[in-house]
Amino acid sequence: MDFKTFLHAGSNRRAMLKGMGVAAVGFSLTGALAGCGEKEAKKLANGEEAKLNFYNWDTYIGETTLEDYKDSAGVDVNMTLFASNDELFAKLRAGNPGYDVIVPSNDFVERMAAADMLMPLDQAQIPNFKNVAKDYQDVPYDPARKYSMPYTWLALGIGYRKSKVKAVPDSWKVLFDSDEYKGRIAVLSEAGDMFRLYGKYMGKSVNGLTDADLKAIEAMMIKQKPNIKAFHEDNGQDLLLKGEVDLVLEYNGDIAQAMVEDSDIGFVIPKEGSQLNSDNLCIPKGAPHPKNAHAFINYLLDAEAGKKITETILYPTPNDAAKALMPDAYKNNPVIFPPADVLAKCEYAKFNPELQPKYEEAFTRVRAA
Amino acid sequence: MSGALQDWKSQKKPFAAVVTAPVFWLALFFVAPMAIVWLYSFGQNAGPADIEISGTLDNYKRATEWLYVSIFLKSFAVAGLTTLLCLIIGFPVAMAITFAAPKWRPWLLLGIMLPFWTNLLIRTYALMALMGTNGYMNKGLAGLWEGASWLRTLVGMQPLDAWTPVQLLYNNFAVVLGLVYVHLPFMVLPLYSALDRLDKSLIEASLDLGAGHLKTFMQIVVPLAAPGIVAGVMITLIPALGAYLTPDLMGGTDSQMIANVIERQFKRANDWPFGAALSFLLIYAMFILIAFQSMRSNKVKAA
Repeated sequence: MDFKTFLHAGSNRRAMLKGMGVAAVGFSLTGALAGCGEKEAKKLANGEEAKLNFYNWDTYIGETTLEDYKDSAGVDVNMTLFASNDELFAKLRAGNPGYDVIVPSNDFVERMAAADMLMPLDQAQIPNFKNVAKDYQDVPYDPARKYSMPYTWLALGIGYRKSKVKAVPDSWKVLFDSDEYKGRIAVLSEAGDMFRLYGKYMGKSVNGLTDADLKAIEAMMIKQKPNIKAFHEDNGQDLLLKGEVDLVLEYNGDIAQAMVEDSDIGFVIPKEGSQLNSDNLCIPKGAPHPKNAHAFINYLLDAEAGKKITETILYPTPNDAAKALMPDAYKNNPVIFPPADVLAKCEYAKFNPELQPKYEEAFTRVRAA
Repeated sequence: MSGALQDWKSQKKPFAAVVTAPVFWLALFFVAPMAIVWLYSFGQNAGPADIEISGTLDNYKRATEWLYVSIFLKSFAVAGLTTLLCLIIGFPVAMAITFAAPKWRPWLLLGIMLPFWTNLLIRTYALMALMGTNGYMNKGLAGLWEGASWLRTLVGMQPLDAWTPVQLLYNNFAVVLGLVYVHLPFMVLPLYSALDRLDKSLIEASLDLGAGHLKTFMQIVVPLAAPGIVAGVMITLIPALGAYLTPDLMGGTDSQMIANVIERQFKRANDWPFGAALSFLLIYAMFILIAFQSMRSNKVKAA
């Protein structure tokens, strides 16, 4: 790994920190405690002290967003980082250690709402909700946006090295059911995503898999295993950039970042459809500064603030007002905003507490086979 | 040792004063949390964030299914191979340090310790950079290959085919190599401390009395270094058995070890009770290993 790719690995919200999970926990805990424990600061008009503890993914905010917010609202935002939804969930599982705003993905919004870990949002305090695109104002994983506000969304697809493929790999077949690119493929290590996408390949809904489907998918996975080089921990774009593999199952936002560095990289959402994810702003129960949290979420949904965030992270934004301010190179990028007919075949995965352990056990069998 | 033992029996109060703090520490931060995890292993999920401890044995029943037993066995095999390689590589290294000139010894020891002081993750990433398809090892091999090809053209033979990179990373070979690399200091240091105490005149006597080098090594050095070997084996085998970062980062599609499975239970599967049961089976296995070792050392003492 040369220095540039090392830097790149560090600049991705999901890749580098994941391995450093332990270190990150240590950091964020001290950070959060330092944020809460300081001596009584001046009070705001809403009766809360001028502080806010924000628990976010790495490199998932605009370069100056937190400073801009301090200048406009006078609130110190203490941002600490997590590397996976599991880490976020584990941290809050035994009670909120002092976070005001968190950024869980859609299935974890459902899971945390089911576990009674989220505070219902007061939409009257978030007027910028009007900036959110219609499609994201009411979503199946959080009806009427009771607990969450959309921050970004992503779609899984195939990232590939253009010079090494014969044709655009526009079907899951090349990854899941073919030896055409033997030993040059990396897929996700997340069991649930893998099973659901195999389901898509078989023409099923990501939320409609039966036990018989799981059995069939497991057999397909075992058959395909010799053709797969690695199960990656959501750092597929790095494997692609370094030339370790030529095809990779990844999120469109991650591949869009890689395409900035290497023009030989392409991305396609397979014709069978795919799975969508969305990261959301929520307030966990027991947040020490709930009014500041509402105000901060409202600020993040502002058009200008949203534009600055999007410029940095290059993920698809559900904020229409922010998107309107972005250059055409972003708005018309088919990787970041896939065509509507492709998106129509994509689905969100529902949180399913019965199926998750089954996915994991079946995937453990696949790895052991 | 026995003198010190008598001392604390006759002077209980000072001993109590000294021992209370560490015992309290151990109880609060080791025994209590482990007891909670142990209780979890007899429970089941009652909601996304709640565990009901119902006294069920289902988790253990599931953990002893062939799938998980086979992963346990595989982990033992990988950890055992790692330990064996560490011993084979580490013994000559420890010998070399022992017999080096005194002014060199601290530097050689520092050479062993230095990687030890670097974060495991950084060392693993560094190794991955070395071993990748376009890493330095493959670049070096490609250079040699091209050199050989050029030499063949010099003597009028056909040049070799184009170089195809060797797949060093993302397979079981990479996992064992990574584990050996990471655990070598654990083996070398106890071996060195055993060999350092060895009375070198015994080696001279053996050689003077006509034993060859190999015979001296097998019948004098190895038996005298046995406590160091046992300590080194234990201290390498146990962490290697619980390794999860190396198989995760360097392994291929079939390189999972038991610790990876445990990690997934606590994180993605959100099945803490089952993860706890697997963890405790691993801990019991380690207890048995340690018990074997202490039984063995008792026997040695008795003889």
